[in-house]
Amino acid sequence: MSLTHHEFWTLVHGMVFGAVFLLGFAGGLEGLWSLRPHLMTAEGIRGRALRLKIGTTAMAVAAWGTVLTGTWIVYPWYREDVPDSPRSVLLADPAKEQWHHFGMEWKEHIAWISPILATLVAFIVLYYGAGLILHERLRRTTLALFVLAFAIAAIAGILGALITKTAPLI
Amino acid sequence: MTSNADAGATEPELGDYTDKPEGPIAAAVLAAGIGSFALGLLTTLAEANERVKEFLNFYDPVGPLSGKTIGAVAVWLAAWIVLHLLYRGKEVESRKELAISLILIGLGLLGTLPLFFQAFAPPE
Repeated sequence: MSLTHHEFWTLVHGMVFGAVFLLGFAGGLEGLWSLRPHLMTAEGIRGRALRLKIGTTAMAVAAWGTVLTGTWIVYPWYREDVPDSPRSVLLADPAKEQWHHFGMEWKEHIAWISPILATLVAFIVLYYGAGLILHERLRRTTLALFVLAFAIAAIAGILGALITKTAPLI
Repeated sequence: MTSNADAGATEPELGDYTDKPEGPIAAAVLAAGIGSFALGLLTTLAEANERVKEFLNFYDPVGPLSGKTIGAVAVWLAAWIVLHLLYRGKEVESRKELAISLILIGLGLLGTLPLFFQAFAPPE
């Protein structure tokens, strides 16, 4: 069992950073959802704030890792002007060309909005820390932005997985 | 310092925590909208104009995507720095900035949608 150089970086891009992103999102979502005075003791608030900082920061770092490795390492192989690059394979078949024209064109752009929003969420959590519990309106805003960052990354991730299935990078 | 914490909420015990002004949050929220919008705008402009597309080709293996993403991130960070300096220490509620930012994020998402930006491609 072995991985090619291309497969290794595709794995890092999609699975390693993707897994950290998912874990960060799950932890952050739970933390933000339950950061409400009537649900927590003073001691619980401090512990929750620390986990929230770790979760949202991990998600932001993973989002940046995903787009940076995707754009600067994996994407050049995808679009290489050789007959067996995924882009060439997709464009050579009229039944598959929309995977490039729509799928890849959307994925490569929309993905970059996710780390910007994830960084914003991490900044809000780091700035207020446990004090975010005093700001119910901001907590709900942060929660909504957090879910939006995840939804955008999910669109890019699902498209990436489907494109890789249709035209693998070997 | 006045607090913009939600009035009427059950006040939890946070020890020696001192509340902070919301200005830096408003700045960050608005900057994220500006950065997202910049990405959508650059994506659409690159599709509509061949010279813009060539200009944004900072690195051949990545193509114009290199310039679009570097440009958008640069605009986002520059906007964040400037807005942070303007808003720091200010006691504001970031409702207006959030509304503007959500509109800009929506426009940014639209600008990155192929069905939208490919409509601006010059006829072949």
